Amino acid sequence: MKQEGKRSIWNDYQKEIADDKFYYVRSCIRQNFFPGSETAFLKILREVLEKDVFDDRHHTTCTGIGYHAEVVPLETTMTVVGRNFALMKEAGYQNYVPSCVTSFGIYTEILDSWHHFPEVEARARENLDKATGRTFEIPGNLAHTSDIIFKFRNEIAAKAKYMLVNKTTGKPLRVVDHIGCHYAKMFPQKGIGGAEYPYVLAGMVEAWGGEVIDYPERRHCCGFGFRQYLVKANRGYSISCSKKKFESMEPEKPDFIIANCPGCAYFLDRWQYALAEMEGKTYGEDGHGIPSLTYEEVAGLVLGFDPWELGLQLHQVPVESLLKKMGVAYDPESKFRGANGEDLGQPESPLNLKFYE
Amino acid sequence: MADFGYSLVKSGKTDLDTAGNALARSVSEAEPGFNLCIACGCCVATCSAGRFTNFGFRELIHRIKRGEEKLMIAEAEKCMLCGKCTLVCPRNINTRNIVLLIRKHAIIKGL
Repeated sequence: MKQEGKRSIWNDYQKEIADDKFYYVRSCIRQNFFPGSETAFLKILREVLEKDVFDDRHHTTCTGIGYHAEVVPLETTMTVVGRNFALMKEAGYQNYVPSCVTSFGIYTEILDSWHHFPEVEARARENLDKATGRTFEIPGNLAHTSDIIFKFRNEIAAKAKYMLVNKTTGKPLRVVDHIGCHYAKMFPQKGIGGAEYPYVLAGMVEAWGGEVIDYPERRHCCGFGFRQYLVKANRGYSISCSKKKFESMEPEKPDFIIANCPGCAYFLDRWQYALAEMEGKTYGEDGHGIPSLTYEEVAGLVLGFDPWELGLQLHQVPVESLLKKMGVAYDPESKFRGANGEDLGQPESPLNLKFYE
Repeated sequence: MADFGYSLVKSGKTDLDTAGNALARSVSEAEPGFNLCIACGCCVATCSAGRFTNFGFRELIHRIKRGEEKLMIAEAEKCMLCGKCTLVCPRNINTRNIVLLIRKHAIIKGL
């Protein structure tokens, strides 16, 4: 399909995204996988874009992991979601912004269920009232954090310190975008660009000077799925999905991967280590892997945040190759130093995936 | 190489550049029942050869349709031609004839 055709389809799937006054809901696993990303999101919105974001310490998980692992019943999930909505109402906000794609899927699924089955919503309200005495309101706007960054991509580009351009050659960096399945595959009209041509990350990459790679397995799942990775014996399926993607993107020689789902960014990073150790195969340049970043990390780099403040040292695939291409100034000595400058020690180098220069 | 307690799953992807449909076409022309299979698996349940090998008629049909010609010609050699699968097939497919047609195709094409 011609690019013009894709753009036309993207135009059919545009969603309304709030402009300000966000109620921020954290992800369970992102804070462990890539702890700098959520901090970077808050910093970008508050300090760079000067928006009002409320980071509520009282909200809980959406129960997504338990729900998809079939250990939490749907009624419980709905009640917990109702409680989070009630907290937003009590805080005086209307624009609900979950940081996790699984959560985003949970919220869109539940709101859709309540829309079609009002009696189910009534039962959730009753359960919440009995359990906590709280009442909730349906959010005025529901947008994933990547939607927010997408909305303000041009403002970020206007304040950019570095662009997604190879400083040596002057050519745009070649970027693989990977969208979490629960972002738009369940409810295409809730994602920018729908399920077929999601534009949320591609739009950021283009706005920041990069070139998005279209490759055969672009829309394939990363394999993270809870049923796959929670049971060790099933992880072969998970890693095989990622391998299929790596093999498909490898000939395109991507400079890095950008993802908007906690699991995708993590597994596309860590499975490169596992594949290298299991098969001796690496997919980057000279025995390196392909750096896999979250969109907040990329936005942070573009805005000139310190890479180690963004938590990029927690990636299994080192990001130094990308930093050098972009011309980002960084101190190699402080990569493994704590917030107060203390030495945290250096990780052991994998056998097959090049970790140190 | 490292063993993490799980292994890679072989890709079931059909490579359209290498897949061949000549076998599927010649068998279905000579025995139209080839296209009637509903993959119920009764043939596998009753298979004499399947008791001693990993042969399965349902998989044979499925993979021939996917274009895995050479592999399936070798697979069809496991069949003992007892005909029990023909007796139990709910679609009255002449399964025995299909195996004979696969072997005939292999001889004609020198595979």
